[in-house]
Amino acid sequence: MSIPTNNKQVVVIDKANKRKYMLEKMSSRIFLICALLSVLTLVLIIGFVFYKGAHPFVAEGYSFIDFIFGKDWVPSEDKFGIFPMIVASIFATIGALIIGVPIGLFTSIFLAEIASKRVAKIISPAIQLLAGIPSVLYGVFGLAIIVPFLQNTFGLVKGQSLLAVILVLAIMMLPTIVTVAETAIRAVPQTYREGSLALGVSHIGTIFKVIVPAAKSGIMTAIVLGLGRAIGETMAVILVAGNSLIVPTSLTDSVRPLTTNIALEMGYAFGTHQDMLFATGIVLFSFILILNFVLAKISAKGGN
Amino acid sequence: MIQLKDKLLRGLLWISAFLSVAVLVMIVGFIFYKGINLISFSFIFGDYSPTGGGGIWPMIVTTIYTILISLIIATPIGIFAAVYLQEYAKQGRLVRTIRFATESLTGIPSIIYGLFGAVFFVTTLKLGMSIIAASLTLTIIVLPVIIRTTEEALKTVPLSYREGSLALGTTKLQTLYKVILPSAMPGVLSGIILSIGRIVGESAAIFLTAGTVAAMPDSIFSSARTLTVHAYLVTQESGDIELAAAVGIVLIVIILVINLSATFISKKLNRATNK
Amino acid sequence: MISFKKIKMGLLMLSILAVLSACTSNTNNDTKTSDGSNATVSISGSTSVGPLGEKLAAKYAEEDNTKIEINQIGSSAGITNAISGVSEIGMSSRDLKEEEKAAGLKEVVIAYDGIVVVAHPSNKVKDLTMEQIKQIFTGEVTNWNELGGADMEIVVVSREDGSGSRDAFQEIVGYSSGELIRNAIIASGNGNIKTTVANNKHAVGFISFEYIDESISTMDINGVKASPENVLLEKYRLSRPFLFVYKEGKLTDAGQRFIDFILSEDGQLIAAEAGAIPVK
Repeated sequence: MSIPTNNKQVVVIDKANKRKYMLEKMSSRIFLICALLSVLTLVLIIGFVFYKGAHPFVAEGYSFIDFIFGKDWVPSEDKFGIFPMIVASIFATIGALIIGVPIGLFTSIFLAEIASKRVAKIISPAIQLLAGIPSVLYGVFGLAIIVPFLQNTFGLVKGQSLLAVILVLAIMMLPTIVTVAETAIRAVPQTYREGSLALGVSHIGTIFKVIVPAAKSGIMTAIVLGLGRAIGETMAVILVAGNSLIVPTSLTDSVRPLTTNIALEMGYAFGTHQDMLFATGIVLFSFILILNFVLAKISAKGGN
Repeated sequence: MIQLKDKLLRGLLWISAFLSVAVLVMIVGFIFYKGINLISFSFIFGDYSPTGGGGIWPMIVTTIYTILISLIIATPIGIFAAVYLQEYAKQGRLVRTIRFATESLTGIPSIIYGLFGAVFFVTTLKLGMSIIAASLTLTIIVLPVIIRTTEEALKTVPLSYREGSLALGTTKLQTLYKVILPSAMPGVLSGIILSIGRIVGESAAIFLTAGTVAAMPDSIFSSARTLTVHAYLVTQESGDIELAAAVGIVLIVIILVINLSATFISKKLNRATNK
Repeated sequence: MISFKKIKMGLLMLSILAVLSACTSNTNNDTKTSDGSNATVSISGSTSVGPLGEKLAAKYAEEDNTKIEINQIGSSAGITNAISGVSEIGMSSRDLKEEEKAAGLKEVVIAYDGIVVVAHPSNKVKDLTMEQIKQIFTGEVTNWNELGGADMEIVVVSREDGSGSRDAFQEIVGYSSGELIRNAIIASGNGNIKTTVANNKHAVGFISFEYIDESISTMDINGVKASPENVLLEKYRLSRPFLFVYKEGKLTDAGQRFIDFILSEDGQLIAAEAGAIPVK
């Protein structure tokens, strides 16, 4: 910029600067607003779901305790108890974790530490691809293969069961767990391995005593992500759950998890019934918050 | 003793890996085996027919609509938000709040988004069960993805670029548009591609906001069904596993293409930054 | 060098978007031109009436430009939509309740339909009494041998609460939603019941006549075969009307034309072909 020689020029440059300045200020405002939008949508989502879900308890005198611990869900007779669904969701999630986490974890260890580079190069991207497959397709597979398989192999009266849900969810979380955990294990510095091996610890010993503990936070993330996928899954579960309204007492009972209840009935629910589905959503929501919190605690403790 | 344990663990590792791969191969194999016979030009590009034997073109068009609309809205907002977080904001409570909000949005199950969409976009904003209502719901779902990947991409732009540009007397905004964003473009693109994957795979949220009309949508205000919802409904309503599998093949191919282009772009990114 | 790469990348993205949008705008134009008039009749409701509605709409599309949009979401939801104005016409497979009539709904019977109790083809039980059906669905009878069949557990499959078929079925058989056996599998559509029953030799369920095929075996009631003739003769009692309902004064000309078409000879012929029972 040249040094202004007379007043007229000063004014012109001033104006140009002013416009530039305005533009800068305005655009930074716009950027801020965009960033705040995500806060706004979160507030809106929580606000709407809680407002709708809390309505029957606040304004219509329904008991929240009866809602949580009630065993009867008969909307046409004004009975709203979601205890069977809470139990179903918890059992299904825990079951899927028990099967999915060890297999997923061991697979990721295998790919990162044992498999030859060439094998890992083929399998890892393939599993990554599977993480992206729409969950509905896992449900289709479950209905066409797993349900008849359970029915025929174990002589069950019906294949639509808690066990079927657990298997579908476990399969579904596999790619997520494997992909994330493998990345975490690969990120462990080579020096850890070399140090441990130099001390005479066996290859397998090194993996389980040194590498896996070192990758712990990444593995935790993998589990949390897998968990999130399992507990929030809806459409695949509807197809294999049987959707019965009983408190499951065995793996062969058909169940209705929380997500399924919402998707099954949202289409035609109105009034209090619809509000109660939002209340079901609140319970699901709190469920996820609690689980994330607990797992964060666990990994924090492990970190110390 | 230790050797035995080692052997056992090694065996377990092999078995687990074999199980994972076997199960996943089985799923893809099952879908292709069941559905491949139905795949034909007229299946993919033909109009749907309620009496059977029709194609899935209306569902493909609906899927493309939802992808386009959600991305048109989510991309600029997501990029601007990331620019704010990365280039403008001072670290503090506000930024922490925004980060917390975006991270929380990532963890919400899609059925909750569906509930929200059904009451907010469909009922409160009176959009009805429609492509636009579903797309707006999807916008919220993919927003955190775009924000995060864009942020990561902005982080990789060297500080020297910014300093160099500013030293030439450009304003912050000019630097942003002429230097920073173009350098971050591949990262942004891979975020967009990831979002497409998420939109294509979504079912519960769309089911509750777009409805299930099996016909070519007239406009974005029509109710319609996407490919995933179609796969679900044909399984649920008519038990037609073969048709569902055929739709599944189309979906898997789309996901494959998306994945390949993401890898391609990130490779390009690496090459570009290495130079 | 780098910026050249970026430009190429940008162009790539633009071209992808352009191709995609070209695809959609093309198809959009196609539908627009074939549509001519842009009238749309939105219909929602019963999954029992839905397939018939879609067949009627497909036939109707050959002679009229009106677009018929059908959402199969269950009778109660369809009726609610008709009252609230979300849909112009609601489809119901059960009679309207008093409070629904009080909301100002008009109903048109477009056809009648029977509900049939179905089981796995291998099941030897082919005839039940109304009382036995009630006992099965309320859990009083839990084994097929109590009904003259093989010694195996009964798996009850019912529709979801809010389904018109379920309401009509329960009303005629005589039990309430609260009495339905708890571990019943809940299927969210006629087709879903059919496939569930077809794949399980223990199962029993109920579906609309339209869905009958060889994959399931149908039950006579008190020796009366489930057929349209027996419904018309009022010998077979598990029947209900298929209704189109709309808010009084809210029916558009296009909607009225579609209803007129359904009630015409052509329309009723399609209904009969679809397995429903014509009004006349």
